[in-house]
Amino acid sequence: MNLLARLTGGVPARSLWCLGALLVLLLVAPALLGKYGLSVLILVLYFAFVGQAWNIMMGFAGQLSLGHALYAGVGGYIAAGLFFHYGIGPWAGVFVAVAAAVAAGSIVGYLGFRFSLAGVYFALLTIAFSEFTRIAFDHWGWAGGSGGLFLKVDAASDILNLRGGPLLFYYVILALAAGTFILCRLLLESRLGRYWLAIREDPEAAQAVGVPVLRCKMIAIVISAALTALAGVWNAFYYNNLFPETAFAMGRSIEFTLAPIIGGLGTLFGPIVGAVVLTGLGEIFTDLSEVFHISGLKQIFYGLALLVIVMYRPAGVWPWIAERFGFGEKRR
Amino acid sequence: MSGARLELDGIAKSFRGLRAVHAVSFEVPGGAINALIGPNGAGKTTIFNMIAGVYRPDSGSVRLDGRQISGLRPDLVCDAGVGRTFQIVKPFKGLSVLENVTVGALHRRPTLPDARAYAADILMQLGLHDRRHQAAESLTLPDRKRLEVARALATEPKLLLLDEVMAGLRPTEIDVMVTFLQELNRRTGLTILLIEHVMRAVMALASNIVVVSYGEKIAEGTPAEIARHQAVLDVYLGEAEPA
Amino acid sequence: MTADFLLSLAQAITKGLLTGMVYGLMALGLSVIFGVMRVVNFAHGEMMVVGMYLAWMGFEYLQVSPMLSLPLIAVIFFGAGYVLQRAVISPFIGRPEHQQFLLLLAIAILLVNVSLVIAGPDARGVQMDSQFDSYELGPFVFDAVRVHAALTAVVIAGLLWLFFTRTRTGKSIRAAADNNLGALVVGLDVRRLYAFTFGVGAACVGAAGALMITIIPVTPFLAAEYTLLAFVIVIVGGLGSMTGALAGGLLIGVSEAVAGLLLQPSLKSMVSFGILILVLLLRPQGLFGKSGP
Repeated sequence: MNLLARLTGGVPARSLWCLGALLVLLLVAPALLGKYGLSVLILVLYFAFVGQAWNIMMGFAGQLSLGHALYAGVGGYIAAGLFFHYGIGPWAGVFVAVAAAVAAGSIVGYLGFRFSLAGVYFALLTIAFSEFTRIAFDHWGWAGGSGGLFLKVDAASDILNLRGGPLLFYYVILALAAGTFILCRLLLESRLGRYWLAIREDPEAAQAVGVPVLRCKMIAIVISAALTALAGVWNAFYYNNLFPETAFAMGRSIEFTLAPIIGGLGTLFGPIVGAVVLTGLGEIFTDLSEVFHISGLKQIFYGLALLVIVMYRPAGVWPWIAERFGFGEKRR
Repeated sequence: MSGARLELDGIAKSFRGLRAVHAVSFEVPGGAINALIGPNGAGKTTIFNMIAGVYRPDSGSVRLDGRQISGLRPDLVCDAGVGRTFQIVKPFKGLSVLENVTVGALHRRPTLPDARAYAADILMQLGLHDRRHQAAESLTLPDRKRLEVARALATEPKLLLLDEVMAGLRPTEIDVMVTFLQELNRRTGLTILLIEHVMRAVMALASNIVVVSYGEKIAEGTPAEIARHQAVLDVYLGEAEPA
Repeated sequence: MTADFLLSLAQAITKGLLTGMVYGLMALGLSVIFGVMRVVNFAHGEMMVVGMYLAWMGFEYLQVSPMLSLPLIAVIFFGAGYVLQRAVISPFIGRPEHQQFLLLLAIAILLVNVSLVIAGPDARGVQMDSQFDSYELGPFVFDAVRVHAALTAVVIAGLLWLFFTRTRTGKSIRAAADNNLGALVVGLDVRRLYAFTFGVGAACVGAAGALMITIIPVTPFLAAEYTLLAFVIVIVGGLGSMTGALAGGLLIGVSEAVAGLLLQPSLKSMVSFGILILVLLLRPQGLFGKSGP
């Protein structure tokens, strides 16, 4: 099939085997892991998923967003609010949530790109919109204001309303992460994907060879915002609570950027590797700092790890691994 | 593929009150190779940027085969059939040489395998095929200049604007480029307008030369006429041009 | 009623102007660093908070007023900034923005959490006698600490201006900012100048921290807020412009104070972000910036 050929074309067989084995392993993982292991794996997949979504914008199209919490927050709040107030389940609510995030992304993107903001300036615009929205949600009664929005925690599993235990959420986030991986590969191996890379490298030269720059950037932010909104919905129903303080925090936005940057910006596998590294380090440091009973120690380890990685592997961990072990994916 | 006729009709551009180009008109017939010369800062690149859609002329119009293209966005000008190179080369640094040209080829060939095959073909013609898997940023300056030409050609233009693609090339390399452009023009009928300081290349290539100075056209004619033109000699006096 | 309102409005504006001077000094540090080496200091608010903690410790453990410890803090910050630039940041100059961002983010995480480990999560403030003093001018009442802090900030900004216009090093730094290659050609030691600049920028924010602790207590969680605030101010004023940073500080100080009076206090930063969005879209080079980004 054409699609399948496009998906696998040019990929070394041994990479395909590794990917297949990884997928099988992930599918049976819940049977092998304990409760703790599963919760860690869920976190890894969550950060891999949002990381891939962010990577489309920054890694592919070269637009630095430090306000992606906006889309996750809007998406999560809308789906949770619809469920909370009107009993509309997330499988329906998610469409509204994604539409709202796409609208938000379109506004930020159109204003930023139309006025030719680039680099740090565009990043600050995205932060400003996210912060602006955070304060608005602080004062919006429907969304619970600064007191937060809480979903009832039901013991009973109700897949139709995305209510259930970790196992349900594990498979949902696995599907999202795997689906996005395939989507990213298809996008990258398309005209649109090549146009994004060209814009990332040099927008003026791209436009001179016929790339409709504004349109391509808009498509990037819309796809990225939509996927991030899905992560927000998943997150809201997994944790059952939402606070503007955390949902729209700059810290949340920054969290989304770390896995792709650490893993390797603009690569397909980078965000996933980055999510494994960061979540793994996070868990190790949590255990380590518990030994000493000092709050903040975990973050100090974390900061040191980031410092070491960015100083010695500034292009990310994955390109380095890929080269050493011959998986053949490099930054295009 | 055949060349398009380019007409500039009194185009002018000012930047913050400073007049960069003042009412310049000339025509490049379809299938011709013409040159635009003049001292540094004469407004040559500004004229190119107005043709390519980077700047909208304050007044006047640019027409390609009779169709007005001035005021269009650069990507739409490319659609209309204009390919251009940049004086200060602008490769997609992180991409391979092949991918650089593929982006250009995608313009008229929407699938990647098609575009890639076409790009490889163009790289072959320009002698860059051996380096197709190198990152563009690792190329030497002469190779980057050739890459600019290859990427512009990949969009299958009817008019090619070349902004100082010979600068920095060694004499033998200039000869190779001149031969390539002549051959290309003969084979495809592509119209070429070049900005060039290397007079040897201009004289060998151009059937007609337009001279600008301080934003105004001061002369136009065949290479032989221009070489004798008093106003041109005055402009170039004191500014020693390497032949 | 109206007279009362006008008076409290005028009062809010003056309060905003005084606080705004300290904001301006903080933002000045960010602006100087960006203007010279094109690095956005994402750890700026964290540095500010460290400055506040140092002043608090001086007061708490050594009974030294923040105003007196300020010069020492500025010197320490200068040294630390110089070393940090030389040892860690230097190789990242000219690298892609996301790499610089990650580097400074790591530094920010370290600074704020070291503060947390040392001082704990509780708010720490200084209790000085002058906090109850005030100056009266007709119907106006000025908090003495705010006046002192603002005046000190003005003096430091003035000294900085003298440094950049009168001293050899200052002029060299400006030359390097205008034309990096040119500076290299004429034989300036750009690496040393960059380290010096980062030191100066750090000293500004350290001094601003020492002043700020006299106005409000410090917690580690203020850091991210100050980073954002500094960004807003320098973008509004014009990234890289000294006048812009000070004017932006005053503007944001006043808008916060007035918004706190007219709207709910919790909405005050919404006004700042609104101003930021407008400036980014309509005049991205900032109110005092020379050319576009």
